[in-house]
Amino acid sequence: MANAGIPGSVDAVSTMLDGQDYIAERRLATSVFLALRMGRPLFLEGEAGVGKTEIAKVLASGLGKRLVRLQCYEGLDVASAVYEWNYARQMIEIRLAESAGHLDRDTLAHDIFTTRFLLKRPILEALVPPDGIAPVLLIDELDRADEPFEAYLLEVLAEYQVTIPELGPMRAASPPVVVVTSNRTREIHDAIKRRCLYHWVGYPDAQRELAIVLRKCPQAPASLAREIVAFTQRLRALDLFKAPGIAETLDWAEALVALDRVALDPQTVADTAGVLLKYQDDIGALGPDVAARLIAEVQAEGIRL
Amino acid sequence: MTLRSGIDTHSLAGAVPTLPKGRLAENVMHFVRVLRAAGLPVGPAHTLSALAAVDAVGMDRRDDFRAALCAVLVSRHDQLPVFEQAFEMFWRNPRLLEKLVASLLPRVHARTGEEPPAPELPARIAQALLPPRGVDLPERDDDETRFDAAFTVSPREVLQQKDFESMTVEELAAVRTMLRNLRLPLPELPTRRTRPSPRGRRVDLRATLKRATGATGTLAPLAFRERTRRTPPLVVLCDISGSMERYARMLLHFLHAITNDRDRVHVLLFGTRLTNITRALRHRDVDVALARVGRAVADWAGGTRIGPCIAEFNQRWSRRLLGQNAVVLLISDGLDAEGGPALSAEMERLQKSCRRLVWLNPLLRYERFEARPAGIKAMLPYVDDFLPVHSLASLTALAAALDRPHARGRMSARALHRA
Repeated sequence: MANAGIPGSVDAVSTMLDGQDYIAERRLATSVFLALRMGRPLFLEGEAGVGKTEIAKVLASGLGKRLVRLQCYEGLDVASAVYEWNYARQMIEIRLAESAGHLDRDTLAHDIFTTRFLLKRPILEALVPPDGIAPVLLIDELDRADEPFEAYLLEVLAEYQVTIPELGPMRAASPPVVVVTSNRTREIHDAIKRRCLYHWVGYPDAQRELAIVLRKCPQAPASLAREIVAFTQRLRALDLFKAPGIAETLDWAEALVALDRVALDPQTVADTAGVLLKYQDDIGALGPDVAARLIAEVQAEGIRL
Repeated sequence: MTLRSGIDTHSLAGAVPTLPKGRLAENVMHFVRVLRAAGLPVGPAHTLSALAAVDAVGMDRRDDFRAALCAVLVSRHDQLPVFEQAFEMFWRNPRLLEKLVASLLPRVHARTGEEPPAPELPARIAQALLPPRGVDLPERDDDETRFDAAFTVSPREVLQQKDFESMTVEELAAVRTMLRNLRLPLPELPTRRTRPSPRGRRVDLRATLKRATGATGTLAPLAFRERTRRTPPLVVLCDISGSMERYARMLLHFLHAITNDRDRVHVLLFGTRLTNITRALRHRDVDVALARVGRAVADWAGGTRIGPCIAEFNQRWSRRLLGQNAVVLLISDGLDAEGGPALSAEMERLQKSCRRLVWLNPLLRYERFEARPAGIKAMLPYVDDFLPVHSLASLTALAAALDRPHARGRMSARALHRA
């Protein structure tokens, strides 16, 4: 069961993620460790911009595996997610067989439905990788796909195999590391979740967020980073329609660095609110007086963060 | 306390020879049973996974142990608090469990006004930890009602458990038979999925090639596919405040019928607070389903706070339920004294988040209905359809109204006339 390259303990997972500049909380490291150790898919749910997709990416680079990504959307079907027959080549094959005079239909049908004519899409590519090394399979934003595709995934996630009617089941020799993410725009069926290890990715606490900002945006002065984090943390406590995620915090830090700011002021916050907040109502809620109050609070006590 | 008796632990421990033996395996299994009793959908397979997870992580660190169990046993975000509470209570010291549970119950009754209200979860877990005592609902007497009333957030909110048994037999029978056959035919929308069809427009290359290899002629007939159609999700927001009480019973039967008629129906009730009762309504048996609803809803026949409830829906639920072109049915008389711009803003957001917003109002049965109350005035500009809902006949008419083709941006003639 134990692959050669997987970390042997929760601490080792933490170290590995840290080495890839992903500062994970202990719970997440534990879930990742269990997913690797038990060979189960990892189901990550959480608000947009909290680093769900990033986990798959750093897992792939940390484990030295290839990342195979499947972006889900409504109507995603087997032909674009799993496999498709190469119809053009099949037709040429039929023409060739005809011109050569081999008109035995059974042999022909047998010949054109072989792996030679199979186009692998992400899932089949992850299960039967060309180089034989099991990759990391990221099934991103599963909530955007529709229920029939979810149902199709059951076989993939439970057995690590897909069934092609003409060829029979194709099973992974060594199962890929599977990461499934969802933004919760609808509830994923329990049957999917049951086959996975579930982890809710929340917003980070102030300390971890500061560590992330300092690591990911090193050009930001430490004092500015503290103010940014303290401000964002307070912003999340407001009654917003969409609170800013870590991705927005990092964007904001970069924006402020690009503007050569060393401290927050109400005018700057007003000018750059669109980096943090993505709804007009939320930007309206962060009026000049609210921004000034938050900045005053942050600057009064944010230093001892 | 009979928690540990009558459970066959040996068969389970014996089935997994490599797992931690003895007390730990036994305790993990009890813990899973406690979670199941608290309402988490976990079974024997989860116990085995939990043991494997614990084995993999080891027992050195309590937080790792907790995270390992959490990863295996929790499958929804809203189960987390239950898990956390149960974990705290169970793994502190299983020996203390008995005392803890015992100490929990008197506190519920002894609570007074100055003490902050404890979250209701411990009570739920305490119930799960206790052996079942049959139906304990009749024991909930005035005592509990009084302590509930002490924590009301609004003077108009009457926290009251609704007793569905007070429904008369004839009433039930009549409503049931009529509602059983009621269907709500939402117009079907094209999806991005296709199915084989001789009338389709897209060439199905796969099927065509199959034919080509099997056919005897030199020309292979083309096979086609067409897009499938599907009804959009339906989200029902139903007002159960005091002024709506006389309709609520009938409406719940109606909601039960449409919830079980098809998938992707979500039902939320609101009075002074918002409650999602979809899972409760999913039960096939209407009596069981409504009993569950009665237990889930705390603000039956109380006041109305339409604005804050719709705001809460927009904030907490809209992104999860309105994602796929959902149609929203808002059932309310709109009698909200507050009204005002806040309510308008929330209604506008709700309308913009869904495909179609239909307002069903029982007051529309009056011929001389006028949109006087502040709440109705605030909401009316943002609905796509405004229809009556006061009798079974009007519910049947609703089905016909929803089947009409619809263009966003035009209110129904009737709504315009009223406004």
